[in-house]
Amino acid sequence: MPSAPLRIAGASGFWGDRNDALLDQVRGGPVDVVMLDYLAEITMSILRMKKLRDPNGGYAGDFLKALGPALGDIVERGVRVTTNAGGMNPRACAEAVVKLAREQGHAGLRVGLVEGDDVAERLGALAAAKPSGSSAAKPSRSSAAKPSRSSGPGVSLANLDTGAPFATIRERVMSANAYLGADPIAEAIRAGAQIVVTGRCTDSALALGPLLAHYGWAADDWDRRAAGVVAGHVIECGGQASGGNFAGGWESVPDLANLGYPIAEVDESGDFTVTKHAGLGGRVSAAVVKEQLLYEIGDPRAYQTPDATADFTSFTLTDLGGDRVRIAGVRGGPAPDRLKVSISYQDGWANAVGLTFVWPHAIERAQATERLLLERCAKLGLQIDEHHVDWIGVNGAWGPLAPKPAGEPNEVLFRMAIRTRDRNSAKRFGEEIAPLVLSGIPGACAGLLTGRPEPRPIVNFWPALVPRDAVAPRIEVLTA
Amino acid sequence: MKRFLYDLAHTRAGDKGDLCNVGVIARRPEYWPVLQREVTAERVKAWFGDWCKGAVERYELPNLEALNFVLHGALDGGGLVSLRLDTQGKTYGFALLRMQIEVPDDLDVPSLI
Repeated sequence: MPSAPLRIAGASGFWGDRNDALLDQVRGGPVDVVMLDYLAEITMSILRMKKLRDPNGGYAGDFLKALGPALGDIVERGVRVTTNAGGMNPRACAEAVVKLAREQGHAGLRVGLVEGDDVAERLGALAAAKPSGSSAAKPSRSSAAKPSRSSGPGVSLANLDTGAPFATIRERVMSANAYLGADPIAEAIRAGAQIVVTGRCTDSALALGPLLAHYGWAADDWDRRAAGVVAGHVIECGGQASGGNFAGGWESVPDLANLGYPIAEVDESGDFTVTKHAGLGGRVSAAVVKEQLLYEIGDPRAYQTPDATADFTSFTLTDLGGDRVRIAGVRGGPAPDRLKVSISYQDGWANAVGLTFVWPHAIERAQATERLLLERCAKLGLQIDEHHVDWIGVNGAWGPLAPKPAGEPNEVLFRMAIRTRDRNSAKRFGEEIAPLVLSGIPGACAGLLTGRPEPRPIVNFWPALVPRDAVAPRIEVLTA
Repeated sequence: MKRFLYDLAHTRAGDKGDLCNVGVIARRPEYWPVLQREVTAERVKAWFGDWCKGAVERYELPNLEALNFVLHGALDGGGLVSLRLDTQGKTYGFALLRMQIEVPDDLDVPSLI
């Protein structure tokens, strides 16, 4: 007799997502596992800066805000929780969960901690290792997927997308984290953890880890591992797999204000059904799930993770009706022999200023303002390495792709953004916009991006590959 | 007849660093062969022009009646580097849907614009 499927619910797609989704997923109906993803590419560098300011910070504190009101239900129902909220400081995050559990009287709660993704302090040693000739990374054709397959030993740390040598950024590195996979999460669960906190891992590992622990799929069972990767990929982006951000008919999605986040009911075979709690809003249809399947992928035949290479063209997708979509027959292949490392580095400063111009000739006055600001920058001797201008309301999102407006626009928000290596120039640039209200081109009002906008540091992102044996995940289980 | 891609497909866009990927999904099964034939990597590259600095790759997912386009160097550096308003290319799916493609005269394609 087939066992009941493992019901895995998604409750966060990034740091900034709804904190009440966790409680909704736990209370809205039966689930076995809830996974919460917090780490977009840029998130790790932001967390790195937070950790520099506070050694006990550097994790996604929103997880504690989500967990607080839900922890009683989670303990009572025996729901397991996996999250990468640990960010740059998984230990501090896990300890904060233990503290919260004690405060709420849940003594004995076991919190798993996965570390070992942070390789920043070992980069120098890795890069010093003499790379072999074949290891210089070529521009990758599949780098939209996470790690990439590459043959040959050696650690060049060359940029996976551009092939640029690591030496060009070596002195400016802020953080370096390997994408860990699902096995350490499964190990923490087997060791008794009810809540598992990790740093950087693939989003899909948060689903595959509990599946490996529950079903005991073999290390080389590539098809079922790939199925777990696909299931995790579908539910790792919050409401995007249950009717949020749905371009194929948003008008048909009911009750977005009470959007129920997606749930994957995964069978022992790896086949799974995507659904949501019936009492919540949203929609799970074939078109909705297709959109999420295509989100942030490269070559669909080779979606690479540390756990398996999934073939997104291999499976069937069937709309069963009633907010249920079935995915069956996922095929997979071996995991790559290298892990992707996400390196962040300091890359100068940016700032942006703006003024809103009204009819008539709003665009012409915006263009005149651009020239005026560039003249002021030259007069003040500011170092402006690059600048970018858009007219929001006309071409803000699409630049030159936007057709020219047919008539005179009622208004345009002139926005000018700059990049520079010099922080003082970025700061001084931000002070040049407000005076134009009195001393510039007429017919403008202040508002967005006026005042004295402060410069922000530019943190750039450098994907590279390291051998698997250069990364050693560590598991620990804390008890409240 | 020329039709907006919007009438035949829906999209989702995502980012990885300076790459943007745009998934293009047929709204109806009978539109799928039209998408396969008309929405080529060359046309998509031409449509984005200098807004996408690098190459455009196309992948087919027949099981989803969908295409995936990977646009290299499409985000002015992406993430925290880009000076654009849409630093992550979230709207680039809709940008592509504005492209017009040739559709057989006998194919029933209701206008959604």
